[in-house]
Amino acid sequence: MNASSSRVDPVALLAAPAILYMLVVFALPMSVLVIRSFSGSSGPTIEAYTSFLGDAFNWRVIGNTLRIAFFTSLVCLLIGYPTAVALARSKGAVQALLLVAIILPLSVGVVVKTFAWQIVLRRDGIVAAFLVATGVWDEPQLLLFTETGLVLGAANVFLPFMILPIYSVLKLINPNLQDAAATLGASPAQRFFRIALPLATPGLFSGTSIVFSLAASMYVIPSLLIGDRFQTLATLTGRAFLLMRDERLGSTTATVLLVLSILIVTVSAWAVRPKGGR
Amino acid sequence: MTVTERITAAMVWIIAFAACVFLMAPLVVTILVSFGSSSIFSLPPPGWSMRWYERLLTLRGLASSLGTSVEIAAASTLVSMGLGGLAAIALARGRFAGREAIAAFLTSPLMLPGLVLGIALLQAFRYVGGRDIWLSLLFAHIVITLPYAVRTLYSSLTLFDFSLIDAARTLGCSPTQAIVRVLAPNMAPACLTSAIFAFLASMDNYAVSIFFTNAFTKTLPIQMLNYVEERPDPTIAAISSLLIVLVLIFLLIIERAVGLRRITEV
Repeated sequence: MNASSSRVDPVALLAAPAILYMLVVFALPMSVLVIRSFSGSSGPTIEAYTSFLGDAFNWRVIGNTLRIAFFTSLVCLLIGYPTAVALARSKGAVQALLLVAIILPLSVGVVVKTFAWQIVLRRDGIVAAFLVATGVWDEPQLLLFTETGLVLGAANVFLPFMILPIYSVLKLINPNLQDAAATLGASPAQRFFRIALPLATPGLFSGTSIVFSLAASMYVIPSLLIGDRFQTLATLTGRAFLLMRDERLGSTTATVLLVLSILIVTVSAWAVRPKGGR
Repeated sequence: MTVTERITAAMVWIIAFAACVFLMAPLVVTILVSFGSSSIFSLPPPGWSMRWYERLLTLRGLASSLGTSVEIAAASTLVSMGLGGLAAIALARGRFAGREAIAAFLTSPLMLPGLVLGIALLQAFRYVGGRDIWLSLLFAHIVITLPYAVRTLYSSLTLFDFSLIDAARTLGCSPTQAIVRVLAPNMAPACLTSAIFAFLASMDNYAVSIFFTNAFTKTLPIQMLNYVEERPDPTIAAISSLLIVLVLIFLLIIERAVGLRRITEV
């Protein structure tokens, strides 16, 4: 707070309706959800969490969530970084085509794409046929209802969220830096690890954190691609509310998921914070 | 160029090409299956037919769920553009403390799990006795679409050179004329882009909607999910193909009006 803020700028009032709306319809319900998961019959308690975390099954659910989110982010990072580099280097028609290939799937609904992956991942699907044709597999196998299939489908849906943040950082980098480093005698490896990679880091972090939180909280993709045997925090939350009608469990898993997402966002924001004084 | 550099450059292009094929694959598969004559999704299809498109006309619940989705998406986009536009002006032009924090707050639903938001809203609406499904959906979808409006409009307003307004005033425009003739044309592309993305986000949402629908009122993604789970046949592919065409039309509008490259800047 400084002295000038004691007199409210009239322009600031224009933000009031949106802020008020989000406080009442967004912040308040979210806070109530978190608070309710701590309330017991006799005052505040963490009993819901101790019993939740005391169950080995739930630890497996948390493990599933983190493992799937990790591998999805990894696949997206490995494909997304080179693709963003290509997008930043390309011009004209090639760039337009790349952008269409990235933005069109981004804008098409997730139910549509997941449904297509159900077809692609079947035993007689394209992926199985491709792997048999290239000799990776001896005979067709079922990819649907496996973790590999889930990661493939999720990576497909979330890949644009990796490419675009990296691209938005890459296109700001001065291309002459690479030449300058080469002139000064830096080897290609040195140029990559000491110039290209550090400069791209903010994009890599924000892309990874977006994909990780999306993958950790996805609901439709696992329910269509892997089924009920495999539970994540999000699918368990959905089941608790929609099938089991167990709101206590649902509020607890929802809060664990919420804390996880906030943690990811905060850590990645901290990791890419502007560093001053050096 | 050294050999290493050539190899890396080639690798980058190969991966980028593979990524495009990977990204487009589900859309191509959907469209192929929707025109196939087989009901078991065989690829390539044994023959071609329009029967799945003809079945759309008789499919129960499709028209009403599409209607609900379009109504909710249009209404929530409209409200969000209003609320978000005013907030964006305040954030870009106002001189007050905590503007970044407010911008972060208004866009935060983008980063939080939709399912958690849905549950929180379900409990809140139940608490205040809100039983109307349409209104509940609308209130919930405004929370989903508002971040898109604020994010895009705020970032393009910060890029707008407001001295142009002063210049227009100096050249004899009234304040209204200056806004209509200078600010509005400059902001139109950002408005269009954010409105389309808000609309699509609402049309595609299931994580929040799933808590507010019942047997009679469903949104399109929920209805489609029901079809997939109950009786998967290429009719779903036909619906999906039509949605892909719809998105393609929207993107063409953006490309003509703004250029797709602008989308990546917001």
